Amino acid sequence: MGLKQNLHNLKEKYKGTKMAPAFNAIHTFLYLPNEVTHGGTHIKAADDLKRTMNIVIMALIPCLIFGMFNAGYQHYAAIDGSLRAAPLANFFTLDNLWIGVIKVLPLVIVSYGIGLLVEFIFAVIKGHEVEEGYLVTGMLVPLIVPVDTPLWMLAVAVVFGVVIGKEVFGGTGMNILNPALTIRAFLFFAYPTWMSGDKVWVYDAVNKAGTADAISGETILGSYAQNHEVVYTLWDKFFGFIPGSIGETSTFLILLGAAFLIFTKIGSWRIILSTFLGAAVMGFIFNQIVAADIITESSKFYGLMNTVWYEHLLIGGLAFGAVFMATDPVTAAQTNKGKWIYGFLAGFLAIMIRVFNPAYPEGVMLAILLMNVFAPTIDHYVVQGNIKKRLKRTKVKTA
Amino acid sequence: MGLLSKKDAALITDPLADNNPITIQVLGICSALAITAELKASIVMALSVMAVLAIGNVVISLMRNIIPSKIRIIVQLIVVAALVIIVDLVLKAFAYELSKTLSVFVGLIITNCIIMGRFEAFALANGPWRSFLDGIGNAAGYGLILIIVGFFRELLGSGTLLGFKVLGDPIEKTGLYAMGYENNGFMLLSPMALIVVGIIIWIQRSKNTSLIEEN
Repeated sequence: MGLKQNLHNLKEKYKGTKMAPAFNAIHTFLYLPNEVTHGGTHIKAADDLKRTMNIVIMALIPCLIFGMFNAGYQHYAAIDGSLRAAPLANFFTLDNLWIGVIKVLPLVIVSYGIGLLVEFIFAVIKGHEVEEGYLVTGMLVPLIVPVDTPLWMLAVAVVFGVVIGKEVFGGTGMNILNPALTIRAFLFFAYPTWMSGDKVWVYDAVNKAGTADAISGETILGSYAQNHEVVYTLWDKFFGFIPGSIGETSTFLILLGAAFLIFTKIGSWRIILSTFLGAAVMGFIFNQIVAADIITESSKFYGLMNTVWYEHLLIGGLAFGAVFMATDPVTAAQTNKGKWIYGFLAGFLAIMIRVFNPAYPEGVMLAILLMNVFAPTIDHYVVQGNIKKRLKRTKVKTA
Repeated sequence: MGLLSKKDAALITDPLADNNPITIQVLGICSALAITAELKASIVMALSVMAVLAIGNVVISLMRNIIPSKIRIIVQLIVVAALVIIVDLVLKAFAYELSKTLSVFVGLIITNCIIMGRFEAFALANGPWRSFLDGIGNAAGYGLILIIVGFFRELLGSGTLLGFKVLGDPIEKTGLYAMGYENNGFMLLSPMALIVVGIIIWIQRSKNTSLIEEN
């Protein structure tokens, strides 16, 4: 008797009991469900929730692998700066990957383990099937935290994010805020010393702080905000050989993921495009303000305002947020016109927070969370506007 | 029940649970969010509200037959304002540091909906003894939630209880901190107080499902 039959038997045995959803979930996770729709018409579509989620995960895999190499690369490059002269030659080494394996994989395992545990518990309590919503969140979370995040902090944040961010609203599909960003926001406000500064972004920098071997791993945003010199070339920034949260450094791979999501029609190109557009416009406005000499070098905003607008798109978490966070179908605007407004404002506000708020060196998380809250309002007005327009049309005809 | 009749006892016990001013009537939320970062402040706030509400209820109850109904709100405001000023001065005299922590929120007891609510709903229609019990009960219900919230926020946010370092010293790295534990800064921010109150409401309503509102 194979595993499938065993699982099937278990499922039948526990049918109708409290633990049924848990066994069902394991069964359908590994095998096709052995049930078909009962009764009349049914629409046949291959892209169920689980498959949709898997496609997003596939789009994230390159970022994860790159992030694992980058964890090691940033560590060794911080010790020996000469490595940065030839990033490509020193990037894909086994040493780098090993640090990725010991630092990044545990984050992934904790994120999935704790998150799915909470989902299972809630499914059993509520007595309905386990929802697949956490599959993507669980992958996103490790990609948007610094490499040195302690595992227990991540676990606490995941529990908070899944319970308060999602389950209290009724589970997958009912949440107002993006769960992955809720988890990150919780970490950011609860343990700010682990989520910002110039130590946490590079493996081991926290341990070595204050010793003779101290290494620093300031992010580019941090350097600009402090008016420090930035040593990375534009290509470094585009391909992602820079310090930052694990999976968000490589704009190139994120765009590759975006192309995949748009091609499979999972991600909304309107949101992705308009988020980049909003950020570019805001960055351009700041550039013009600097060009007009309204802000001079003595200002504390000078560093980030003077950053060329297209560079704003490459650094920080903007690309990752635009492609994988803002496009979350549950929390984004639903109408086409609404998506343009939603994305544009998310990008626009992200750069505004980034430049003006010294306490939050990166504004993408807060901007997207804010727009998540406004998304239903945007949709409401778009729909109302459409109703008004159509009413007018009928009036003209009948008159 | 020797001291209190069953009906009178309910005046005290009801607001503690099934008719709690914060979790059921959702009144007095502002102060519950603002001053609960420390347990000590929560306790003092709870006692202050209890003093104001109990005495105020008695005063209003005694005057209930001579207050013209058109200006009753103004009369109630004067009574509560006078009592709040007394409480404020007492705090300043005997617990100056704490009164600085509570700052404007003692003064804002005047605007605490629970107090005006009880004056209007109870003291204007009941005798002084029952009004007194009602005041004690409602203030206790309010204080109970404040203390629960304050307990968790201070414990998880600062690692202390009433100022004692119960989890060890975060700078010396003793106790829990030696194992890598860190205080949760989010607990000290007001949004987290709202979430803690929300969790209390959630737990209470899932224990007693008759409290869940239909809509």
